[in-house]
Amino acid sequence: MIEEKFDAIVIGAGMSGNAAAYTMASQGLNVLQLERGEYPGSKNVQGAIMYANMLEEIIPDFRDDAPLERHLVEQRLWVMDDTSHTGIHYRSDDFNEAKPNRYTIIRAQFDKWFSRKAREAGATVLCETTVTELVRDAKGRVVGVRTDRAGGAIFADVVVLAEGVSGLLGTRAGLREIPKPQTVALAVKEMHFLPEEVIEQRFGLKGDEGCVIEAVGTTSRGMAGLGFLYTNKESISLGIGCLVSDFAAMMESPYVLLDALKNHPSIRPLIAGAEVKEYAAHLIPEGGYKAIPQLFGDGWVVVGDAAQLNNAVHREGSNLAMTSGRIAAEAIVKVKNRNGPMTKRNLALYKAMLDKSFVVKDLRKYKDMPALLHTNSCNFFTTYPRLMSQAAQNFMRVDGTPKIEKEKATTAAFIKARSRWGLVSDAVRLAFAWR
Amino acid sequence: MSTVNRETPRPAAGRAGIKKELPDHFKDYRHVWVFIELERGQVHSVSFELLGEGRKLADKLEVQLAGVVLGPPGEAIGNAIAEAFAYGADLVYIVEAPLLADYRNEPYTKAMTDLVATHKPEILLLGATTLGRDLAGSVATTLQTGLTADCTELDVDTDGSLAATRPTFGGSLLCTIYTLNYRPQMATVRPRVMPMPQRADKPVGRVIQHKLSITEDEIVTKVLGFLPDSQSATANLAYANVVVAGGLGLGAAENLQLVKNLARALGAEYGCSRPMVQKGWMSADRQIGQTGKTIRPKLYIAAGISGAIQHRVGVEGADLIVAINADPNAPIFDFAHLGIVTDAIRFLPALTEAFTRRLSPHNRDKLAS
Amino acid sequence: MHIVICIKQVPDSAQIRVHPVTNTIMRQGVPTIINPYDLFALEEALRLRDTYGGEVTVLTMGPPMAEDALRKALGYGADRAVLLTDRYFAGSDTLATSFALSQAIAKVGETFGAADIVFTGKQTIDGDTAQVGPGIAKRLDLLQLTYVAKIASIDLAAREIKVERRSEGGTQMLQSRLPCLITMLEGTNEIRRGSIEDALCAARSNVLKWSAADAGIEDLTRCGLRGSPTVVKRVFAPAARAEKAVQIDTAEKTLRDIADEVIAAIFTRQPALEHELAFNSGA
Ligand SMILES: Cc1cc2nc3c(=O)[nH]c(=O)nc-3n(C[C@H](O)[C@H](O)[C@H](O)COP(=O)(O)OP(=O)(O)OC[C@H]3O[C@@H](n4cnc5c(N)ncnc54)[C@H](O)[C@@H]3O)c2cc1C
Ligand SMILES: Cc1cc2nc3c(=O)[nH]c(=O)nc-3n(C[C@H](O)[C@H](O)[C@H](O)COP(=O)(O)OP(=O)(O)OC[C@H]3O[C@@H](n4cnc5c(N)ncnc54)[C@H](O)[C@@H]3O)c2cc1C
Ligand SMILES: Nc1ncnc2c1ncn2[C@@H]1O[C@H](COP(=O)(O)O)[C@@H](O)[C@H]1O
Repeated sequence: MIEEKFDAIVIGAGMSGNAAAYTMASQGLNVLQLERGEYPGSKNVQGAIMYANMLEEIIPDFRDDAPLERHLVEQRLWVMDDTSHTGIHYRSDDFNEAKPNRYTIIRAQFDKWFSRKAREAGATVLCETTVTELVRDAKGRVVGVRTDRAGGAIFADVVVLAEGVSGLLGTRAGLREIPKPQTVALAVKEMHFLPEEVIEQRFGLKGDEGCVIEAVGTTSRGMAGLGFLYTNKESISLGIGCLVSDFAAMMESPYVLLDALKNHPSIRPLIAGAEVKEYAAHLIPEGGYKAIPQLFGDGWVVVGDAAQLNNAVHREGSNLAMTSGRIAAEAIVKVKNRNGPMTKRNLALYKAMLDKSFVVKDLRKYKDMPALLHTNSCNFFTTYPRLMSQAAQNFMRVDGTPKIEKEKATTAAFIKARSRWGLVSDAVRLAFAWR
Repeated sequence: MSTVNRETPRPAAGRAGIKKELPDHFKDYRHVWVFIELERGQVHSVSFELLGEGRKLADKLEVQLAGVVLGPPGEAIGNAIAEAFAYGADLVYIVEAPLLADYRNEPYTKAMTDLVATHKPEILLLGATTLGRDLAGSVATTLQTGLTADCTELDVDTDGSLAATRPTFGGSLLCTIYTLNYRPQMATVRPRVMPMPQRADKPVGRVIQHKLSITEDEIVTKVLGFLPDSQSATANLAYANVVVAGGLGLGAAENLQLVKNLARALGAEYGCSRPMVQKGWMSADRQIGQTGKTIRPKLYIAAGISGAIQHRVGVEGADLIVAINADPNAPIFDFAHLGIVTDAIRFLPALTEAFTRRLSPHNRDKLAS
Repeated sequence: MHIVICIKQVPDSAQIRVHPVTNTIMRQGVPTIINPYDLFALEEALRLRDTYGGEVTVLTMGPPMAEDALRKALGYGADRAVLLTDRYFAGSDTLATSFALSQAIAKVGETFGAADIVFTGKQTIDGDTAQVGPGIAKRLDLLQLTYVAKIASIDLAAREIKVERRSEGGTQMLQSRLPCLITMLEGTNEIRRGSIEDALCAARSNVLKWSAADAGIEDLTRCGLRGSPTVVKRVFAPAARAEKAVQIDTAEKTLRDIADEVIAAIFTRQPALEHELAFNSGA
């Protein structure tokens, strides 16, 4: 029996859990962090892009020793059909700033570092320890946790659920519902290892510069999905994600999509000759604002992916996770410092603070986006990419057809595929969802 | 890996401080020695494999090849001496003493280090068996010399030093190691890594006796008993002519029966990849690979094995590797000779049946005639 | 009883990649693990402590990050952890490694009580030599018991130990004396999972960090590169086989036909084999 009672127990050593544990420990709270993986990050999958500002708010001088791969100087947004891609590129030397804004990271290394920071700040971190159950008192308040190790329960004033997207504990304890298949995407990802010089040469990079490609189009077979390619120092992360409900309805396997992406003529040369070492699959919460569950209760708060805090439109997740973890921790510290009990009423402070942050504001902005893209996925992910490719090719190819006829043909193709009304309504709905 | 330039020597960083000149007291160390491993009356065949290699080294260095036999008085030691000559030794050193009846570290280390100190070989080779590894470590430490373990290739350099090549990092790389300023240069080699040389009946040549300078009361460790493997059902994979092995691709423990059936039809041994042992589906002595057995059969059939580097290093010496794997991109097809992309669970019974037909008494008679 | 167990942190060789041009190990993203063989020795050490009482000290020589391995060992229930870390140790071969470790073991003995048993794993998966254990034994003049499959009994009063030792072609039953060095065979046990109390205790205990001087090592010429008689001259990738496997075409054929074709292909390549199999096999 463990006599000691902790101020807080954090479940999970991912982005949100580490942010919460670090913030509380550095404010002097007695924090216990539990992680089921062999080490923090061992089970975690991400593209991954990490946004510097949100980490700066937690660890201002993180650049000194955090394991960062490349800072991004170029982003390519591609619309693909089966043989081509069109799109926009943005590259700027302005991104080669003293404190770059975005980095690629490898979660296995990054999470380990972040967790070490939490430990150095005074948190007690136990790995290979899975929380199996939340312990509640007679009044239903969460008072501690039970783990898969022999020995008794461990108690704390408050439990921070930072267990990631599947959120098994939270659902099992009835704190939230099981995420619906149409609100979570399944992403599969491979790491393609290549020597540093080869990556730099293929993407025109020097030093620690990095490049990102994000691609929508026929690779997702009409499902709402996105392919991504991120450059690390010695590897390329390549993956694709689609909604779980779509995979189920289309009876497609994510692996087939990834294979198609790898073999796409625009992608293949970028990864040629690489050694594939890791294959991972992971869920991404995509329900947006409308899917956010109850965020706090008597003796508990939920943060990060477990709270569905993820911006699918902008492919942001880790920053929302870090920020929600930090804010929850700050709220807990405030309650603690005024000697308040960790009641639902007091912990409502977390939600109030979160509502004022970019996290909830961004998610509210796009609240209609998930529904739009998902109900119209075939048009957005197949029809339009094909049309755009045809239009671009029509424009580029010089074959003696008068330009005026070319333009007419392009317009006709769009109208034929979607009808005038369809085009206008797609545009209007997209604009409203984006607003 | 085709771009690799195998010839470029890679100076080891930071070793510049090491003197290239061999210290004077090592200059009269000469000749190549092979430890003839004699345990319970039998010479371990790795010793013959080493004599084959030792012969080549000695010829290049224009020195003599000596066998070293340690053991109790009796018929076995005479037999071991004769075999050493038959496999190419020019002379044999022996230490014959009742104390050496069962292998024990203390008297064997004493016998070997005394022999080396007296007769000064420049190269000493031992088999990387349990006995050889136990002995080599103590001998090298006592003599304060370098030891390169588990070599896969031995050669002499232009300046006459031993170039011992061994896998490192689980076989992903090979490295060539020298013992520059110390003598003897010691190396161990795993059984079945080197080919078995031709045996030629030769008269017994010069045999040099040496006394053992340790007595039973100086030896702490006593052998209370010995349980030979023949009394337990232990596999003899290393020496099998045909080996059939199964891997995770077989999916379930019961499908290993398909491997055993094919092995039985061929009179072969069966083995497996490491995960099968970890799952408890097969015993550890049947694991093939880096941390299991090295095999050198004429025919190796691998079913549902991906061909990870750790597995590969254990089977590369096979004359013919046949791989059955459902995935056309499985790495095993990079080093197998024949490949069949199919479901092993369905194919193994068909193959067993076809072999049985082909090798039936009826066909056998046709073959014999 | 005081037991010292040597463990090593190694890169997980299943994940290792080699730079195709420079032939160097690309360590990025390659996780490190406790040498799997050492876990068998660690578990055996913990069991002996649980039976006979006493303490288990884990020792490793390695870079600062090897602390992770020690922390893990503490989580399994070891009582104390010592990290021997110093730039003078860089580039050690087995002789230099066993020198440094034996000095540290002596120092551990002076500080916390002499070791009755020193354990090592059978071998490491990166160095893979199985020589460090015997090297330590020789230097510390410990009785050497390698490839131990089972510790049958220990009589602490008489300082006597009986073990089963794997040897070529069989198992030896040996009787020897403490203090001794045991290299433990794999597959002999399974590493335990510490309780939540163990884990908490481990997370909070300190790993002792010793430099060469802390370990009482005066002769630095016997450490690291300078103390290593072996020199790595060349590192290269194994030659790839020129051709890939010849694939037997399986399209639209019965299993029986494919099997016959495979057998024909085997015997075409190895004509003598058919004869041999026909007369030796059980068919
Ligand atoms: C393929 C992919 C690409 C992505 N790309 C990006 C990107 O480029 N940029 C970006 O910002 N976001 C990206 N995301 C999203 C981002 O990864 C997540 O939003 C972020 O990791 C959420 O952090 P978290 O701490 O909430 O959860 P996680 O990082 O999932 O951490 C949860 C932790 O809890 C542990 N855990 C779970 N259950 C238990 C238990 N019962 N007991 C103990 N421990 C437990 C887990 O092992 C894990 O370590 C991507 C996601 C995926 C899948
Ligand atoms: C330190 C260390 C030492 C190791 N030592 C060894 C060693 O000595 N020996 C060893 O073998 N491994 C060793 N390994 C493990 C090695 O890295 C691999 O993990 C292991 O060899 C893989 O075993 P496998 O091929 O059976 O399984 P997998 O890699 O899972 O391969 C299974 C294969 O079966 C195929 N398959 C699936 N279904 C079917 C079907 N129905 N029909 C046909 N094919 C099918 C798949 O395509 C796949 O290629 C070691 C690893 C480490 C880290
Ligand atoms: N650097 C090290 N630190 C601690 N123990 C080691 C170290 N290197 C080797 N050992 C021990 O020696 C055993 C044999 O290692 P090796 O000779 O490298 O195969 C290992 O299983 C470890 O127990």
